[in-house]
Amino acid sequence: MTNLTHLTLAEALKGLENKDFTSVEITQAHLDAIEGMRHLNAYITETPEIALEQAKASDERRAKGQAGLLDGAPVGIKDLYCTKGVQSAACSNILRGFKPEYESTVTQNLFDEGAVMLGKLNMDEFAMGSANTTSAFGNVISPWKRKDGSNADLTPGGSSGGSAAAVAARMALAATGTDTGGSIRQPAAFTGICGIKPTYGRCSRWGIVAFSSSLDQAGSFGRTVEDSALMLQAMAGFDPKDSTSANREVPDFRAASLNTSVKGLKIGIPKEYRAPGMPEEVEQIWQQGIDWLRSEGAEIIDVSLPHTKYALPAYYIIAPAECSSNLARYDGVRYGLREEGEDLIESYEQTRAKGFGDEVKRRVMIGTYVLSAGYYDAYYIKAQKVRRLILNDFLSAYEQCDALLTPTAPSAAFAIGENEDDPIKMYLNDVFTVPASLAGLPGMSVPAGLNADGLPLGLQIIGRQWDEEMVLRVGATLEKAANFKAIPEMVESKLAA
Amino acid sequence: MDEATVRKVARLARLKVTDEEVSRLVPQLGNIMQFVEQLGELDTDNVEPLASVANIDLRLREDDVTDGGMADQVLANAPESMEDFFVVPKVVE
Repeated sequence: MTNLTHLTLAEALKGLENKDFTSVEITQAHLDAIEGMRHLNAYITETPEIALEQAKASDERRAKGQAGLLDGAPVGIKDLYCTKGVQSAACSNILRGFKPEYESTVTQNLFDEGAVMLGKLNMDEFAMGSANTTSAFGNVISPWKRKDGSNADLTPGGSSGGSAAAVAARMALAATGTDTGGSIRQPAAFTGICGIKPTYGRCSRWGIVAFSSSLDQAGSFGRTVEDSALMLQAMAGFDPKDSTSANREVPDFRAASLNTSVKGLKIGIPKEYRAPGMPEEVEQIWQQGIDWLRSEGAEIIDVSLPHTKYALPAYYIIAPAECSSNLARYDGVRYGLREEGEDLIESYEQTRAKGFGDEVKRRVMIGTYVLSAGYYDAYYIKAQKVRRLILNDFLSAYEQCDALLTPTAPSAAFAIGENEDDPIKMYLNDVFTVPASLAGLPGMSVPAGLNADGLPLGLQIIGRQWDEEMVLRVGATLEKAANFKAIPEMVESKLAA
Repeated sequence: MDEATVRKVARLARLKVTDEEVSRLVPQLGNIMQFVEQLGELDTDNVEPLASVANIDLRLREDDVTDGGMADQVLANAPESMEDFFVVPKVVE
């Protein structure tokens, strides 16, 4: 039998439909793969009993001809999603042991389509980080290694580092992620897989632990554009329980992901993304992507997004402000950790001091500062005004083009421990992903090639609001042209063994 | 950003900070604030702040009771509870 963990999600669904194998078989194959790759620390909670029970039920449904879109496919769930009866800690000590009494809308949607949950995936604490080094459950290690023989452990990116590592290392057919400023797209680029953040409002945020509510959006990881589209198809949809969920029809994402024609499309290249100090390899892969789309018949247009350099500073006011407000709920009274104090205030202070990690504390404090009396207008309102200018930049660009092409991240994956000395250095990882987040636009990263060290580099496609179909179409065209087939060596050697 | 400001913000954020943390946070938070100061270069006098990209008016619904009667579930994750209540440290002397 073919190695079931190396199938794409689309191939696996075909195989299940053809009765080539059962859901129990492909689920067990993934549970074994997870066991063999525990050193990567991608899963913080494995749920084999749930997985096998769901797989068995799926096989029964298939026997009766009642299969859903993802029926029997084993996937991983980012720990930020509340899953009923299964620890949902957002990888924070303050929520360690928290077992929700309810299911997030997105995971419920996945289960309604027959998806099988393998476990909960590691991430940066409360999704705050870009290297998966802020998790209270330890770092995630990327399955990729530099070719130089140094054997240094590399970051899978963050915040959805566990999701990206699991999909890249064949520990899940696909996975959920969340993206506030790049937390799906940057890890997808670092691990050589696809990741899509849809338009803000496309997926319900209900039951996803809140970080920055005006930016947080659920999305998916897959090893192909089609796989990410399939996952997103199941996840998306209107939810009355989320006041910012959009009441609109979900398009056929899969059909869009199978359309590899960009003939006559106008693709914008924003000149401000040619950042000073951009590594040569990133510049080259971007040019390669431009050439691919041009040779497929797209018209390449230079566009300007003049406020790009202000996106990151605006983000680092807005996101911490919303985070300080959202995280005020962790008071040690209703759920989560409680530390005793002399009085109630001291109990709050001790609980939060012990429960939150350093990066979360920094952001809570920055947020509290910019929202405090006397600073609110100067910082928070100012940042919201700049956010408007950034949105307007995109709106003018889309008068000239159908989608934008940029690098996903300013570098390939770096070693764990690098960029930790200065928070700003870590924040700069998201310089190309944050603008689309502030504008609420759909964005996707597609693997485009390997650098000289043998590490993946990704390209980002940014679309108009609600136009994930265009993003998927351009992504699928790039995927076909790039023909990216590289697999991390440790995964390949496992396959050979 | 100085030590007094860090302590004040920590108090507002209900975070206990040690002296060692304060001395570490002063330059870190200072650098972040210096980084975001760049926004001052932009003239935004006539720009409307953008709070949300959702473009959705908040929906209204009938004022009906749609949920409830699940004290057990509400209290299931409480650090301390008694009967149908959360238990908190004494707040009134």
